[in-house]
Amino acid sequence: MAWFARSKENIDRSAIKATDTMPDGMWVKCPDCKEILYKKQLEDNLFTCPKCDKHFRIGSDEYFLILLDDGVFVEHAATLIPDDPLGFVDTKPYPTRVADAIRKTDLKESMRLVTGSIEQIPVVLGAMDFDFIGGSMGSVVGEKFARGIDIAIATQTPYIMISSSGGARMQEAALSLMQMAKTSAKLAQLANARLPYISILTDPTTGGVTASFAMLGDVNIAEPKALIAFAGPRVVEQTIRKKLPPGFQRAEFLLEHGFADMVVHRKEMKQTVAKVLRQLHTLPL
Amino acid sequence: MAATALEFEKPITDLEAKIEEMRSLGESVDLSEEILMMEQKVEVLRQEIFENLTRWQRVQLARHPERPYTLDYVNTLTPDFTELHGDRGVHDDPAIVGGFGTIEGIGSVLFVGHQKGRDTKQNVYRNFGMPNPEGYRKALRLFKLAEKFRRPVICLLDTPGAFPGLEAEERGQAEAIARNLFEMSKLEVPIIIVVIGEGASGGALGIGVGDRVLMLENSWYSVISPESCSSILWRSWGFKEQAAEALKLTAPDLLSIGVIDRIVPEPLGGAHRDPDQMFATLRDVLVEEITALRTTEEFEHGKALERRVKKFSKMGYWKDEN
Repeated sequence: MAWFARSKENIDRSAIKATDTMPDGMWVKCPDCKEILYKKQLEDNLFTCPKCDKHFRIGSDEYFLILLDDGVFVEHAATLIPDDPLGFVDTKPYPTRVADAIRKTDLKESMRLVTGSIEQIPVVLGAMDFDFIGGSMGSVVGEKFARGIDIAIATQTPYIMISSSGGARMQEAALSLMQMAKTSAKLAQLANARLPYISILTDPTTGGVTASFAMLGDVNIAEPKALIAFAGPRVVEQTIRKKLPPGFQRAEFLLEHGFADMVVHRKEMKQTVAKVLRQLHTLPL
Repeated sequence: MAATALEFEKPITDLEAKIEEMRSLGESVDLSEEILMMEQKVEVLRQEIFENLTRWQRVQLARHPERPYTLDYVNTLTPDFTELHGDRGVHDDPAIVGGFGTIEGIGSVLFVGHQKGRDTKQNVYRNFGMPNPEGYRKALRLFKLAEKFRRPVICLLDTPGAFPGLEAEERGQAEAIARNLFEMSKLEVPIIIVVIGEGASGGALGIGVGDRVLMLENSWYSVISPESCSSILWRSWGFKEQAAEALKLTAPDLLSIGVIDRIVPEPLGGAHRDPDQMFATLRDVLVEEITALRTTEEFEHGKALERRVKKFSKMGYWKDEN
């Protein structure tokens, strides 16, 4: 298994990365409470609105900074990129879509895998980037996830996955579907090794990702108001032909219905994860 | 035999109608030679059409209203199928059926499968074969029973998808499917999966992790239905044929990329044209598969997870820039 050292400083890309919820410029309007926020202030607040606690969508870079001690990590399997085994073409060929995504996001796939530590506890950490083809899961995500578990078992460290995904990637069709089986089977190996798996669910986590590794945490932690679903709200609405109740499929809804252990503010995420890990992963008495 | 004809079968049914017409004339004139010729022509045409099916045509065959469903197979393959009900939590989900039955030459096995309805009333009852979380949880309860009593598991997949309803979401559709993937990957008995009709996405995979994955010749299996794929990627419902082509969702496609292990041949014209032949073929295949699994060294107790990780880890393609 290849171990790759981080090749560049990662710290400051956040402010220039464009997403629909993080517009460029000095000022940002909170889409929920309409408060006008100075961008630096938002960043200092870990991309949550100081007024209404709206959690802005962020990427792997930001999460590594937020969760890992000193923002230091070693990245693994960073050179894996998608192939096109099916020759998939919709309105454009899949390789073009991938090339566009790579150019637009400066990422190579929708998941990154790193090792680092959280309050001095060594961890293997995976994080998804929704900006990369909707955070969709194809063969590379499945393979990175699997290698992460191999590292966790080899080094006897806990595994943490931060999900943000529209689900399985259509352009890899049945192969994407099989990544659900692959990742879940690998989690069974991790469980046999008695290593903790913490699933952090962020906005949005839907489809095949929810229906595989995102729901399988020993502890499932959701960010406030994150959309977490199997079928997206629009599909459900079309099915039942009724308006959905407010808060449906949001983090708090999952907590209420028993599918998340807790809803945790991004500012408390690191200490919460550390606390859980200490409770589960310290040497037994 | 008046099976509902699909649109692409029209040239065949047209000829068949002509033959019928000639037969009725035959009472006054002798047309037996012409009829014989025409019948041969029909067979040639049928061969030709079914050897060159497009992917979308196979999808239509997989959805044929007269196609055999799970209970048709189970009740024919076992003389003593005993259906077991309920997830022991919320209720019984009729979209997934399961129970034990005896196959000659193998003994008692657990069957679990999606169940569609034959008419409107049945389809409402079966929810068109779209399970709720309770269906997956019932399946898991039965898998555990099979493990406890060391019985092989046979899963028959035939669903347009897990039900995307409000209560399904409320009761954890995603968790129910995820849990099954996790548990099935380590179940200590042989599991054989057969896609008998539609294998739509997580709703199918939710009872679809096993040691051998088979597909009937005219079934389909993918991450999404061609219609939904069309609506998302083309932003229109009108590209389902193209979507079916792009998704490479047929049995030969999936065999070639290593997602499935074997194709089970169907009678000419599809499983519904000769159900008895279909049942006999599948029975032989299952006996062969289970017998082989039982005698493989790899299949000793305690190695289930290892062999399934190995199997599913191989699925995927990527490039390494290094």
